[in-house]
Amino acid sequence: MKYLNEYRAPDTVKRLADAISALTTRPWRIMEVCGGQTHSILKYGIDQLLPEYVTLIHGPGCPVCVTPLTAIDKALAMARQPGVIFCSFGDMLRVPGSREDLLSVKARGADIRIVYSPLDALTIARQNLDKEIVFFGVGFETTAPATAIAVWQSKQDNLSNLSFLVCHVRVPPIVEALLVSTENSINGFLGAGHVCSIMGYQEYLPICHKHRKPIVITGFEPVDILQGIYLCLKQLEEKRYEVENQYRRVVNPNGNRTAQALMQNVFKVVDSHWRGLGKIPNSGLALSDEYNDRNAELRFDTGIDVVSEPHNCQSGQILQGLIKPPQCPEFGIRCTPETPLGATMVSSEGACAAYYRYRRHPHG
Amino acid sequence: MAEINLNCPLPLPYEQIVMAHGGGGRLMQQLLDRLIQPVFDNPILAQKQDSAVITVNSAKLAFTTDSYVIKPLFFPGGDIGKLAVCGTLNDLAMSGAKPLYLSCSLIIEEGFPLADLKRILQSMQQSAQKAGVKIVTGDTKVVEQGKGDGLYINTAGIGIIESALAISPQKIHSGDSIIINGDIARHGIAIMLERESMQFDHHITSDCSDLSGIVHGLLDSGVQAHCMRDLTRGGLASVLLELASAADCHLEIDETAVPIHEAVSSACEILGFDPLYVANEGCFVLFVPEHQTYQALEILRLDPLGQQAAVIGKVIRPKPGGMVTVKTSFGTSRVLNLLSGEQLPRIC
Repeated sequence: MKYLNEYRAPDTVKRLADAISALTTRPWRIMEVCGGQTHSILKYGIDQLLPEYVTLIHGPGCPVCVTPLTAIDKALAMARQPGVIFCSFGDMLRVPGSREDLLSVKARGADIRIVYSPLDALTIARQNLDKEIVFFGVGFETTAPATAIAVWQSKQDNLSNLSFLVCHVRVPPIVEALLVSTENSINGFLGAGHVCSIMGYQEYLPICHKHRKPIVITGFEPVDILQGIYLCLKQLEEKRYEVENQYRRVVNPNGNRTAQALMQNVFKVVDSHWRGLGKIPNSGLALSDEYNDRNAELRFDTGIDVVSEPHNCQSGQILQGLIKPPQCPEFGIRCTPETPLGATMVSSEGACAAYYRYRRHPHG
Repeated sequence: MAEINLNCPLPLPYEQIVMAHGGGGRLMQQLLDRLIQPVFDNPILAQKQDSAVITVNSAKLAFTTDSYVIKPLFFPGGDIGKLAVCGTLNDLAMSGAKPLYLSCSLIIEEGFPLADLKRILQSMQQSAQKAGVKIVTGDTKVVEQGKGDGLYINTAGIGIIESALAISPQKIHSGDSIIINGDIARHGIAIMLERESMQFDHHITSDCSDLSGIVHGLLDSGVQAHCMRDLTRGGLASVLLELASAADCHLEIDETAVPIHEAVSSACEILGFDPLYVANEGCFVLFVPEHQTYQALEILRLDPLGQQAAVIGKVIRPKPGGMVTVKTSFGTSRVLNLLSGEQLPRIC
């Protein structure tokens, strides 16, 4: 496969791993922000290729994991209503709300459909004019433009039976929040490549300079990740802190202006609650007032205000990189993908699920 | 790390059936172990083979059944009829049995076009004829419109085991080579692309086929197969995990040795699927003593269904409860685990 095989080539991987070993003189802790990177690291065993004293911390970049319980419960309440077709990306279906997940509601007869693109919800809305269609918009800046275009298009087409439950989130505020948190000892970051393909990386310059931490915008294949780690370590060893772009084949400094303009039109920046992490200022995107008529939260009265999270789930500490999943006493015992206590165990990009799938020896 | 014991009398995590209970993953295993097995409890069922092996007078018979539920009914490389015959033939073949007779039960939705039904039945007859088996009994039910996906088919099959070889997971032994006959994940991806109307430059067809011929070629040539298992909905990973657990062995797979068509692999990338967990309908894994590895490979490669046969791994050592590890092309390794249920397309 072109554009994939080159980035999975064993000899390139070995060269990079050797270069990293030769470069590193002391312990460093690097956080990969994106869940897609965490998944790759565990699947390919990239952590096994690093010197022992380089530690990878798995960050909060799994949109499924950080979607707050309140939003999931609202989604469940909307999906349960008769006459509603609830559209969602596949991996949201297993995320537990307070009492159940979308799969259980679907099993009891609710019309819940997995879509690959928010635009599929438009098609479903056109084909079912007697039904109320709700699209559950979750994800970082990577998926937000797709929701934005669906919202914009539905307004153009005057489709009145489609509304949106929007819980999109932004990466830079959470990186900033992690750096401000005194508990943290992260030396550098691998920035989320796909988010930057939309947003560019100008937003990271002030964060990098204020906190004096290297940020390397990084891709998702083994060679990308190792190269990102190499660049980050090189900065650390040389006592530099800059925003560097490893993922040049996809990311340009200013990102995708068309997508950004569309997002600015459709969304407004709001404070947002992150599951396990709490409220982070300016970290969320909600529908702007102009699109109130398409806001599912205004259209449906779910009676749900704020739902508090279970106490025994340590996903907050995991999302901040304070502990690794196997260090949680519930990991693999009371908390499994079938009975998840928190969302980090559900999504394939969640750190707990990735450890459960790639590292757990089922019989000790 | 604490032991996860699937036999523990924990309640099932859901109060009603969800789709994942049929997905070939951990939830389905729980349903079998915690509900179905305990209710029907008997020593033949407890062997957990694809076919039950029963002795009637001195004849050793293999007996199996399977239901076929697939959307779309016609797909590149086959249809529900071919699938219903081949799937049951394959279950029989994996126990070393020569398939003899099949049954055919149809559950048809009101309004289903007769022309489609005829096409499907002819496809069943064709596949049966090719394998030298007869469809000798059956049943027909019609359900109201909206109560079925057009057509469901159940087939049961009976075959005779002539070889003295006892083929079962318990025969799997340290040092055995693990061989696969062909490239993986084609059926699941062909269906998914057809369902989502996705177009690829390369046309991907299902691998749906009857494996009884290739299996008998192998057994007749004197290969002492320790165990065979056809890959179905949970893919290669789920079968290996099931066998490792039944055999109490640690299996190691070399990821780069597993044959996969480039177009299938690309489609998996786009959809966010791991090909090791994608459905197959014409692939099987074979455990043979190490010294017979190349003999088995040569024989498999003589058959059109075995052109891409490859050694994909070996049995490392006994390990209570079983374990499967995957060696990557970088020399690192990871543990394989059953997925909870079906793979769900990822957000990004």
